[in-house]
Amino acid sequence: MSWLHLLILAPFIFAIFVPFLYKKMNQRIHTGWFVLLIPLILFFYLFTFIPEISSGNTRTATLPWLPAYDINFTIYVDGLSLLFALIIAGIGALVVLYSIYYMSKHREALHNFYVYLLMFMGAMLGLVFSDNIFVLYVFWELTSVSSFLLIAYWYQREKSRYGAQKSMLITIFGGLSMLAGFIMLSMIADTYSIRTLISSETLNTNTLFIPAMILILIGAFTKSAQFPFSIWLPDAMEAPTPISAYLHSATMVKAGIYLVARLTPVFGGEAVWFWLVSGIGLITLLYGSINAVRQTDLKALLAYSTISQLGLIMSLLGMGSGALYFGYGDESFVYAVAIFAAIFHLLNHATFKGSLFMVVGIIDHETGTRDIRKLGGLMHLMPISFTLTVIGGFAMAGLPPFNGFLSKEMFFTAVLNTAEKSIFNLDTLGFLFPIIAWVASVFTFIYSMILVFKTFRRKPTFVRVDKQVHEAPIGMLLSPMILGTLVVALFFFPNVASKYLLTPAWESVLPTLAGDLSIKISPWHGFNTELMMTMGVVVFGTIMYRFLKKWYGLYDYYPDSLTINHFYNLGLQSLEAISEKTTNRYMTGFIRDYLVYIFAFIIVVVGGALWKFGGVVINHSTDAHVNVYEAGIIVAMVISAVTVLFSKSRMTSVIAVGALGFLVSFLFVLFRAPDLALTQLVVETVTTVLFLLCFYHLPELRKEMSRIPFKVTNALISIGVGVIVTIVALSANGTRLFDSISTYYENSYKLAGAKNIVNAILVDFRGVDTMLEILVLTMAGLGVYTLIKLKSEGRDKDEGAE
Amino acid sequence: MKEPNDIIIRSVAKVAVVIIFTFAINLFISGHHYPGGGFIGGLAFASAVILLFLTFDIETVRKNIPLDFKMVAAIGVLIAVLTGLGSLLFDVPFLSQAFGYFYLPIFGKTELATAVLFDIGVALAVIGTALTIIMSIGDDR
Repeated sequence: MSWLHLLILAPFIFAIFVPFLYKKMNQRIHTGWFVLLIPLILFFYLFTFIPEISSGNTRTATLPWLPAYDINFTIYVDGLSLLFALIIAGIGALVVLYSIYYMSKHREALHNFYVYLLMFMGAMLGLVFSDNIFVLYVFWELTSVSSFLLIAYWYQREKSRYGAQKSMLITIFGGLSMLAGFIMLSMIADTYSIRTLISSETLNTNTLFIPAMILILIGAFTKSAQFPFSIWLPDAMEAPTPISAYLHSATMVKAGIYLVARLTPVFGGEAVWFWLVSGIGLITLLYGSINAVRQTDLKALLAYSTISQLGLIMSLLGMGSGALYFGYGDESFVYAVAIFAAIFHLLNHATFKGSLFMVVGIIDHETGTRDIRKLGGLMHLMPISFTLTVIGGFAMAGLPPFNGFLSKEMFFTAVLNTAEKSIFNLDTLGFLFPIIAWVASVFTFIYSMILVFKTFRRKPTFVRVDKQVHEAPIGMLLSPMILGTLVVALFFFPNVASKYLLTPAWESVLPTLAGDLSIKISPWHGFNTELMMTMGVVVFGTIMYRFLKKWYGLYDYYPDSLTINHFYNLGLQSLEAISEKTTNRYMTGFIRDYLVYIFAFIIVVVGGALWKFGGVVINHSTDAHVNVYEAGIIVAMVISAVTVLFSKSRMTSVIAVGALGFLVSFLFVLFRAPDLALTQLVVETVTTVLFLLCFYHLPELRKEMSRIPFKVTNALISIGVGVIVTIVALSANGTRLFDSISTYYENSYKLAGAKNIVNAILVDFRGVDTMLEILVLTMAGLGVYTLIKLKSEGRDKDEGAE
Repeated sequence: MKEPNDIIIRSVAKVAVVIIFTFAINLFISGHHYPGGGFIGGLAFASAVILLFLTFDIETVRKNIPLDFKMVAAIGVLIAVLTGLGSLLFDVPFLSQAFGYFYLPIFGKTELATAVLFDIGVALAVIGTALTIIMSIGDDR
């Protein structure tokens, strides 16, 4: 356990105390103030890593978890993970600060909110720092779970539950396929460590390489809301706005990006990887930006814009992966710039989108609506919010003097470079890259303008009678202001960020080129094609924005029945219907049916195995002689067993079953097994009492009137089980695969100091078995207790809820 | 659970229960070298208590033996697990047992084994579970 482990575990540990703090202190102090400490401390602690990491060092710490399986909680800090961790802790601190003013301490269940939030924070930190792929997977799924809980935070709302379920289904599906990919990858490379994977050379010759890549990409694409898995993100906007700002724009949706960046050294340089990552990225970019324009809800607009920006980053990572195709050379540096642009845009996106979400939250909070059609004219009422929106919106549109401009220009450079290349058949389809990028940028420009001007200019049309709309309190504005300042600062001092944060991250994505990667970001690099493209975007975008009404109707031509959402809903409905039908078919509620399944299964599996592997060996040669006492007891046992079948009253059956049990214990006595005989006797006594007790509650035994097929099935099953068990018993006696191990136990006096072998086996040689047996016994006892004692209360409660 | 007029069974039970208890304890202790042990001893003990249930009613027994048998079972399992963990303190595998011969004042040379501690856990778990089940079912009206 090192400080690094504590760093990841700190949010989880603190989360334990949150409910107590909430209970004791919430009346006076908003719980958020306590929670705020954690991301702040984490942020400053991580900040101290920067000098060390930026000089090219890395840090590791290992905590054994499942050492026998080589799964250890290994933490690996390098440029990439540090950048992500700083974003997670930094935005986390700002979001918690913002939430203190956003979430009312009187009305909201703050303890749930902050526990989920801290859980997410810890999981996300664990995700980016894990070196072991399975530990990474665990944290990955934990982020999905906490996201689910946070989306469903207002679980009373139908839409929240719908959105939470959707995000859960899609991201967990992706997570599971990613796990399959990880398992394949570990089979190929024979390691669980990402660092070892990266340094392994000849992975790509294995036949599992491409399937593993595709499965892992599905995981990354679902998490990062890439087309066509993007549909969960707009519905995730049902979460409280601080959560949307944190999870669904700045951090969690970037987990997929992180994974792609992290595994670029493993998969990069492959044509499939290049085309999948950059192709899906570009499609997502276009899809998101076109759909964002048609949204009327501000948060939905931001959601689609997030999808599109994630696509942009993803496509940059795809294009940059080409760098690894060349090994080491001038060509590779041309591609490598795309990776830098991806990392740079990732940081920029976190700043401007975070601030935009917070401002939208403010607007929602103050006016009570997020509908663009109802909003307008807020400029004079909320001047600070307006300024922040301009900063964020213009940065998103890629205009100077904001950081979005720089990364957008680099994006254009990357697509132009890619279009000129001829690797991976780029000479045929490469020309599409700049075209898609440019069209998507025009739409990005349009929705950014919609966000800025439709909300703040025009005449106000919303009606809010209960209170005057005014600027938000300073505490709420503080977080977006800090982010807005960063947006501007990153434009003017990009090289500082580049030197300390971005280049180290860049080097960890492209470890083979590390050391020679350097870049000088400058806002002005002459009248080149990129600048022309940006100007084209502005001009064309402005024209389209002016005439938005004229072509807006085009969206209505796209039929609803062809949207992915429609397919998702249809699929979910039919899935539910089919599974319900299937389940109802065999889950009848009759114990008899369940017993039939169980016994039929036993007959098929055990009987089948016996038949298939030729297990039926009946060998009488070594059997002892049957003496007259044994024969007598066996006859008595058969008689009492048959009595059970034909007895008319329950009392007779109970007594007959008891007699059977006692007869068995006599048999043990005859075979000189006093321990077994004793146990059997006492167990039989207790069981008979139990039977008598149950007997009190049971109805009269009636002659069963049932159809012939029913009885025939029963008879077949019972005879089948009887025959199978008999054959197994006889074959077990006749088969000697191994030497008997009983000689070992005969040393019990020497080994365990006990003359009673049975007892030595129970408590010493096989002590773990005994321990687990009494555990099972106790659980069974508690199960009976719960069923009997708690049934009536529980049932009443359930009915009350429905 | 029955009308309280079974004089004979009551008189017999009062004596028998003591004998069964003694026998149960004897079974438990002799387990190391002779037939018996935690499981059998526990069950025999439980059957004595069950005899009390059958003779007197559950309320009377509960008043005289004021134990929550669910807790008894849980404590039993806990003891068993703890003895297992205890062996980790001596850097031997989980649930290793040890034994030794000591000279005690009255008993003379006596064998003491950690297995007995484990067996106590087994016995308590068995007693607790058996009685929890019987009492739950018998008490259910």
